[in-house]
Amino acid sequence: MSKKTLTIALMDPPYESENATTAFRILDVAARRGYNLNVFTYEGAVSMAFVRQAAHPNPVHGKDLAQENHPTTKDQIAAVLAEAEKNGGKVDWVNCGMCVDERGVNEFVPGTRRGSPGDFHAFVEASDNVLVIPTK
Amino acid sequence: MAQYLLIESRDPFESNDVHYYYDLAKGLAEAGNQVTLFLAQNGVLSARPCMHSTSLSALSKSGVTVLADDFSLKERGIAKLAEGIAAAPIDVVVDHLAAGNKVLWH
Amino acid sequence: MAKKTLNIVESAYRAVMEEQDDTILWLLAAMQGAGAEHTVVLRGNAVNYAVAGQGVPGLTVGEWKQTQAPKMDRDVVDLIENRKIPVYVITEDLADRGIDHSELVPGVQLLSRTDLPSLFGDYALVSHW
Repeated sequence: MSKKTLTIALMDPPYESENATTAFRILDVAARRGYNLNVFTYEGAVSMAFVRQAAHPNPVHGKDLAQENHPTTKDQIAAVLAEAEKNGGKVDWVNCGMCVDERGVNEFVPGTRRGSPGDFHAFVEASDNVLVIPTK
Repeated sequence: MAQYLLIESRDPFESNDVHYYYDLAKGLAEAGNQVTLFLAQNGVLSARPCMHSTSLSALSKSGVTVLADDFSLKERGIAKLAEGIAAAPIDVVVDHLAAGNKVLWH
Repeated sequence: MAKKTLNIVESAYRAVMEEQDDTILWLLAAMQGAGAEHTVVLRGNAVNYAVAGQGVPGLTVGEWKQTQAPKMDRDVVDLIENRKIPVYVITEDLADRGIDHSELVPGVQLLSRTDLPSLFGDYALVSHW
């Protein structure tokens, strides 16, 4: 299968919408295929890469921290980066800078970076295709 | 003739706007394009035989390929699909993107 | 030449007071400045962005006062006149909402819902916001 470069734009913050789950499923398929991936996170989605996210136990279901194994989007992002690399794909994960600033989430998963709408434009121009996953 | 993948993540029980998207799919197909409507997330709630599935079955008869994300179906315990709707993996989205087809998300 | 992109915008007044902009129209304007070639279709509730004379004074919370309240009609005009981004509004969505064409800011182009599919072929990319 020939290598493709895909751009995906995300807007939803973590833990608020099923859009994040579906986005990671799409990214996972593309990473396993070794595609190059450009991800532009905008608005609440910039929090997905915030490295200070912490998992927690589940007292309602009686699970401790380890048992609950609560997902964090920072770990899912790291997993996408690793999977793509394993299969020869490059990932450029950009978090829109002003969105980062207003949310105070300035510490990112290693391998992701701060950027701007100019990066999204550059991604669009350089990609074989673009998918925007908007928020409601 | 172009190919389109329209992803519908919303359901018509909660959102009036979903029928606009079904109509858009039909309009693109009537214009001679090859159109796939991919229901995902709560969008699959209308894939069960129900008050809203008739719109989807009609869409299928009019030439739109109507698919429902298998993960979303399983998550919601939807086993039986209305006529004209088939379950499909999320890979379909990546296939369309890789093929250079226009892919929209609603 | 940049890829021509059609942007169908339907989300309206979501976080507009907080962000002092519609964040999608803002993003498209910023990208246009970087060389993009965007067109906007306002549909659903977003057709209301084209209504002239809208806007509120800034929010006040205790002693905190907002000084740069957004005005979406002004921003639509800015897209058209300064950013050279064509803006269409869906006529049926205007009618459904009781908005007369005379209430709209100058420069918006009217488009029927049934004609929207015919625009798609003119663009390299179509995004739904």
